[in-house]
Amino acid sequence: MRRFALIAVPYFWLLALFLVPFAIVFKISLSDIALSIPPYLPQLDLAKGWKGFTKFLGALDFENFEFLMMDDLYYKAYLSSLKIAAISTFLTLLIGYPIAYAMTRASEEWRPTLLMLVILPFWTSFLIRVYAWIGILGQEGFLNQTLMFLGLTSEPLIILNTPIAVYIGIVYTYLPFMILPIYSALEKLDDSLLEAAEDLGCSRIKAFWLVTFPLSRGGIIAGCFLVFIPTLGEFVIPSLLGGSNTLMIGKVLWDEFFSNRDWPLASAVAVILLLILIIPIILFQRNEQKQRESEG
Amino acid sequence: MRRLTWFNTTSLTLGFAFLYLPMVILVIYSFNSSKLVTVWAGFSTKWYGELMRNEAFLDAAWVTIKVAVLSSTFATVLGTLAAYVLVRAGRFWGRTLFSGMIYAPLVMPEVITGLSLLLLFIGIGLDRGVMTIVLAHTTFSMCYVSVVVSSRLSTFDMSLEEAALDLGSTPFEAFRLVTLPIIAPAVISGWLLAFTLSLDDLVIASFTSGPSATTLPIKIFSAVRLGVSPEINALSTIMIAIVTVGVISASLISKRAAVRQRLEEQQAVRS
Repeated sequence: MRRFALIAVPYFWLLALFLVPFAIVFKISLSDIALSIPPYLPQLDLAKGWKGFTKFLGALDFENFEFLMMDDLYYKAYLSSLKIAAISTFLTLLIGYPIAYAMTRASEEWRPTLLMLVILPFWTSFLIRVYAWIGILGQEGFLNQTLMFLGLTSEPLIILNTPIAVYIGIVYTYLPFMILPIYSALEKLDDSLLEAAEDLGCSRIKAFWLVTFPLSRGGIIAGCFLVFIPTLGEFVIPSLLGGSNTLMIGKVLWDEFFSNRDWPLASAVAVILLLILIIPIILFQRNEQKQRESEG
Repeated sequence: MRRLTWFNTTSLTLGFAFLYLPMVILVIYSFNSSKLVTVWAGFSTKWYGELMRNEAFLDAAWVTIKVAVLSSTFATVLGTLAAYVLVRAGRFWGRTLFSGMIYAPLVMPEVITGLSLLLLFIGIGLDRGVMTIVLAHTTFSMCYVSVVVSSRLSTFDMSLEEAALDLGSTPFEAFRLVTLPIIAPAVISGWLLAFTLSLDDLVIASFTSGPSATTLPIKIFSAVRLGVSPEINALSTIMIAIVTVGVISASLISKRAAVRQRLEEQQAVRS
């Protein structure tokens, strides 16, 4: 009995505030926009009993999804989000791996400090970290002033409000999510394996590709998912750094909801985004479970 | 074998420069006396003064702190419970679903979480305000708490708890007297994590708040949409300072606790 209560409290909380809301999103994605409060129809009228329910079901349709397929704005926004998420995940891995690797090479007493230096930005406001780049990347920003002072360019580079600024913003804010899992995978690595490889005639670089890199795969996979999945629906970075030139689905959903007040269409956008994300989320979870089992 | 090559040193230097320079620049420019944030016109703290007189920001800061304290406390209780269930409860019906619901919110795009919670609150007729933001924040931060706590619980030596039970304590007493003190560091860092996540959240708060409750990130976002503003630089500097002091002192405290624990263990072994 006590065990049941212990399980039930967090279980029902998550059911009610995580799973049920998705069902509601799905339901509303099948509704139509209307000038009412809340701004969609049909409303479920339980006072009319069973008849009200069947009438309600009859009024649901897939119109919003058809609209999403027809209008190429949405189709392009999904594709461009996937592209931006994939490229920036790759860039984050490229920058994060050497940092994580170097951290494990540092001496024992330095490692906690380095680790804290990676975690510290994670505790600092995400919004502020993105905002900091507006002042750096702008036409009269810090970067352009420095470049022009050094005589590297004669005209200010236009970076803010382009996809490049979005890549910089994503790599910057998600870098700790890539470094930490890779670091913890590399940290567990047994040094004698590398020594064995070198004794057997491997060069250092070859030993790295044959031993270190494959053994850090779990960390790499976890890091890539931790960057890729949230980036796909990212809203703050494209709207502050990307300007109107960057199309991302999180921003489209936001505008559909807050500017156009089309709740059913926003819900349909969310449902498709969720369908795209289900596979990577399941893969991520499998990877986590595998990691945990290999530890325990 | 473990040594830093020049390549390692370079990647560390460049990596940390990349992580920290933007924030350093932001902090420096918050002391700029010019309204034009890109031109340096001399040292001044006037933007901090302006910020302190800005009622709207102060109100929003108060709402944000209230939400963060409440939601992180609820999230810590629920998240610790969830972690206990994940690690200890063994098999039960719907366990896969349960662990899925713990891990999915960690990576779920915020726009989806925000939209779905808003539609739920409207559906059940809850007025949007401080309470709805607290409910929303509790839900996503309890998952973070339970991940942090469960990783500590899974390395915990079960026999300690069994010993307490054998010696006649009730399961609740065993939890309170044995398990809780041992997992306390993880519970505390879970609370801190939940607190900062709540302070930081823009997207979910925008969806779930009403006109009566504006949080600081919502205020900051609407201000910086129009570009850089020196007041926001000053506000950011204050927030960065608080976080830096907090994280560094927390890590010093936990280091000292670890040292003390080691000494005690050594003494126990010796006697």
